[in-house]
Amino acid sequence: MSAVLFDVPGPKARVRHRIYTVVGLAGLAAVLAWVLWTLWQKEQITPDKWTAFGNPRILGALVQGMGVTLVTAAAAIALAVAYGAVFAFGRLSDHAILRVPSVAIVEFFRAVPLVLLILFIFLGIGNVIGTFWSLVLGLTLYNGSVLAEIFRAGILAVPRGQSEAGYALGMRKYQVMTEILSPQAVRAMLPAIISQCIVALKDTALGYIIAAPGVTRIGQLIFINPLYRNPLAVGIVIAAFFIVVNYALSKLAEWVEARMRRRGTTPLPARAANIPDESALT
Amino acid sequence: MYWQELVSRLWSGFSVTLELLAWSLLFATIVGTLLAAMRVSPVPPLRAFGSSYVTLLRNTPLVVVFIIVVFGFPQLGILRGQYFWLAVVALSSYTASFVCEVVRSGINTIHAGQIEAARSLGMTFGQALRLVVLPQAFRAAIPPLASVYIALTKNTSVASAFGVVEATYQLTRLNKDFPGTLIYNFCGIAAGYIVIVFVISAVAARFERRVGVAR
Repeated sequence: MSAVLFDVPGPKARVRHRIYTVVGLAGLAAVLAWVLWTLWQKEQITPDKWTAFGNPRILGALVQGMGVTLVTAAAAIALAVAYGAVFAFGRLSDHAILRVPSVAIVEFFRAVPLVLLILFIFLGIGNVIGTFWSLVLGLTLYNGSVLAEIFRAGILAVPRGQSEAGYALGMRKYQVMTEILSPQAVRAMLPAIISQCIVALKDTALGYIIAAPGVTRIGQLIFINPLYRNPLAVGIVIAAFFIVVNYALSKLAEWVEARMRRRGTTPLPARAANIPDESALT
Repeated sequence: MYWQELVSRLWSGFSVTLELLAWSLLFATIVGTLLAAMRVSPVPPLRAFGSSYVTLLRNTPLVVVFIIVVFGFPQLGILRGQYFWLAVVALSSYTASFVCEVVRSGINTIHAGQIEAARSLGMTFGQALRLVVLPQAFRAAIPPLASVYIALTKNTSVASAFGVVEATYQLTRLNKDFPGTLIYNFCGIAAGYIVIVFVISAVAARFERRVGVAR
């Protein structure tokens, strides 16, 4: 598409583009040089800011922290899928007594900032369930509510003839839901679910706020240590970890989507890798 | 006594939240639009810069961006001690990557004929982008842009852990000063955020009816 934005360059335009390229490269190089120079001058790339990552004990703790972060995200996603399925069915129910509370709960947890929710859980019952489960519970409530909306959209996207055929065979609504609509919906929703995994993984970093175990907590322990005092270096290392995992996950979502297209299933729009949720209030 | 205190602290908390939101929204929109322009430009290094910025910032958790900006930048002598502005930098550089993606997908919805027409009138890339493409792209991008702003509203709460006394910070403080009132404090603060979210979506809906593209 962006190829339509400009003509196929002729000889003059090619020269101009080459000049822009050189100027652009020089500009980027200048910015990079300035950044490196500042870092050097403020003694940020001196070895003592980075020795922490050569210490095998610290490195081990960091790797363990990454493991805990991944476990947190996995637990939250697993619980969120269950929670999302329950509330999606609740919202699609014919009975107002199930539907109305489901709508209210889902909308509430999507509109409230996750930080506020996690803090509330932690201050309220944190001394009973601990920081890890406070974080997992907060992540579950939020991501589950987002997933409930994804599931609902997926079920509504199955062609109507499918459920009509089910009813014509004498199935009950429950049977139509579980045996006809859900299996078809789940396949179409797979890319969207993987995208939500990226959101959940990123949000596990919020555990920092309540000092929940995980890679951000380990990072904090390193950079508040008077021996190191290197928040910049620690931030870059942690960021690299998240970028690698999330990039891999988004590639996986793309691959699944492409595979589904080839096989003739239309995937639900994968909410372009963690574009934030559109609250139904919108 | 307690209720009065609750109202006054909610008021002061949300005025900081709104200020944080306004500045971050402004900077994120400007930077995000510039990045989107870079990503569709004919100059390869700018394109590469735009797409790597988006990939890096979008996949980094906001908390980690905050750690780098709020604790790292002062060590470089940038904005030392100014927690509010450090939070604005963190929030807007993170949100800019989402704005960029939204604007870019807005650009992609524009009919190729529009751009071809602009080019056949002899417009340069910059003119076509400024006069023809971006105005239409923003119109198409109103609903997704509204959800980016809503996410930004909720994300301002991360600043509470990084030295900014905004609405979410009041939860911990109120809970310390008035034990046993957690549920009221939570509901009060949550209601404040819901009101902001509601206003943003109402404004977006109005705006869409006014200028949105009929699809």
